[in-house]
Amino acid sequence: MLAQTGVPTPEDLAEVMPSEDRLARGPVAMAECFQNIPCDPCYHSCKRQAIKPFNDINERPQIDHEKCNGCGLCLTRCPGLAIFVIDQTYSENKALVKIPYEFLPLPVEGDIVDAVNRAGETVGEAKVVKVQSGDKMDGTNVIWLEVPKNLSMEVRHFRQKGVR
Amino acid sequence: MRQTEICIIGGGPAGLTAALKAAALGAEVTLVDRNDYLGGQLIKQTHRFFGSKEQRASERGISIAKELADAVESNKKINVLKKATALGYYKDGVLLVEQDEKIIKIKPKKLIVATGGAEKTLLFPNNDLPGIYGAGAVQTLVNVFGVKPGNKVLMVGAGNIGVIVSYQLLQAGVEVAAIIEAAPQIGSYWVHASKVVRAGVPIYTRHTIKRAWGDTEVEGATIVELDDNWQPIEGSEKDLDVDVICLSVGLSPLTELLWQAGCQMKYVPELGGHVPLRNENLETTVPGIYTAGDAAGIEEASAAMMEGALAGINAAHSLGYDAPDLNKQKEKILMELTGLRSGPVGEKIRRGLAKVTC
Ligand SMILES: Cc1cc2nc3c(=O)[nH]c(=O)nc-3n(C[C@H](O)[C@H](O)[C@H](O)COP(=O)(O)OP(=O)(O)OC[C@H]3O[C@@H](n4cnc5c(N)ncnc54)[C@H](O)[C@@H]3O)c2cc1C
Ligand code: SF4
Ligand code: SF4
Repeated sequence: MLAQTGVPTPEDLAEVMPSEDRLARGPVAMAECFQNIPCDPCYHSCKRQAIKPFNDINERPQIDHEKCNGCGLCLTRCPGLAIFVIDQTYSENKALVKIPYEFLPLPVEGDIVDAVNRAGETVGEAKVVKVQSGDKMDGTNVIWLEVPKNLSMEVRHFRQKGVR
Repeated sequence: MRQTEICIIGGGPAGLTAALKAAALGAEVTLVDRNDYLGGQLIKQTHRFFGSKEQRASERGISIAKELADAVESNKKINVLKKATALGYYKDGVLLVEQDEKIIKIKPKKLIVATGGAEKTLLFPNNDLPGIYGAGAVQTLVNVFGVKPGNKVLMVGAGNIGVIVSYQLLQAGVEVAAIIEAAPQIGSYWVHASKVVRAGVPIYTRHTIKRAWGDTEVEGATIVELDDNWQPIEGSEKDLDVDVICLSVGLSPLTELLWQAGCQMKYVPELGGHVPLRNENLETTVPGIYTAGDAAGIEEASAAMMEGALAGINAAHSLGYDAPDLNKQKEKILMELTGLRSGPVGEKIRRGLAKVTC
């Protein structure tokens, strides 16, 4: 269970996952934020009003997946690094997962990295297709990973080969 | 003897905000901090903060510290004494401060104590070996001085501080073997926990440290599982090969000056230890002495800033300073503070505050 291990259960995830139908229509964000904590920057960062207004700062974020276009703005403002963008329309058998990342060195576009799941286990390989960084992002970079489609709901981190 | 209208002890988020608010109302302020920098705990917090937009959520602690410190240092109404330790407060209302090996006597009309907290420790065999640190100390080493405490760490305590410092150790290239937590649940915000777990650090709840190993420094640790009554389960011991043990088992308020001033104190576990009784204006039972931030009860920086703002406004107001929107300002802060503490993670704080607010 999440409160014991830090790993959300499939039931937790099912609650916040965009629908199959929505996933089939392009990039969309998923907020893996399961606890009522006093926090709301995600809401303020979304320019499309896709994150529903918080009546109380302790509410959990609710993304309107219809309004969300997967732009990824909220990823860099979330202090919990809990929001990810998934694009299952990336190619026939690959999906794109955008991951907020705060470790150095940054990977380089084209790198093949170990794809890691929520429990910290390597589940396959991924290719780094884009590294978004810069002063404006203030240290929270966004790494675009190309992963096998069946792993798009598994991969949430990566390890660079040869870097501990 | 120096005279000042308001003396604030502590230049963390609470003290800095108190100074800015009091000065904004027109009061003349002296701010005392024992460090050679302002910002308190914030200057080592490289992570983005939680909280509301008004309270600078999503900004990093270090950026908030810099902003507040710059505003204080450039404010002509505020006289800052750095590397200055408040040593004692006496019945005649005189505060003794040591700076550059000299004693300064200050006689303030009002005093705000915002001294923050100190790390607690744990009892276990060999807990005095070099290589055993408080988590806050490790955070200072790594984030302020750029020094690695070692190569492989066992973190004891899965509250926000333990988990955040583990994350920052990973960022500094230090391996974290595990985070252990005696309670059946992770105490930190779960998003923080998920962040370190996916980076490869396991969290073991219902576990504690049994002993540390090593002759002259830490060479390992034995951890053990706990049963429903928090008793070690025999045979469940595990040895971990680590060279650093980091204790993150809570903070307790730094209240010596409040004791000395004769403020009525109460032991409130929810707030981290002994804290002063206070009214809604954050004034203690000794008239003219206010408190704010972790010194008033261990909480977090957003709350510390709001409490500091309230204490600053109230202290200045009691000296006759006023503003047309003073009540509005106070109400707004009180509302935000209530909002911040209203959720399930604020339950403990609410329970604690109910015991000391009169
Ligand atoms: C690892 C970690 C992570 C945290 N993360 C968050 C977070 O994400 N969000 C959040 O809101 N909060 C967070 N906090 C909590 C936050 O840092 C504290 O609650 C906050 O700093 C308290 O502010 P303060 O002003 O009361 O005390 P402090 O920041 O502790 O400042 C007290 C100051 O008083 C000075 N002082 C003490 N005694 C004396 C004396 N006798 N004479 C002179 N000076 C004295 C000290 O030098 C210090 O500068 C975190 C804390 C830690 C340790
Ligand atoms: S990805 Fe863009 S559109 Fe979607 S919720 Fe985040 S900020 Fe809003
Ligand atoms: S910003 Fe992140 S941690 Fe905060 S409420 Fe939104 S999703 Fe949760």
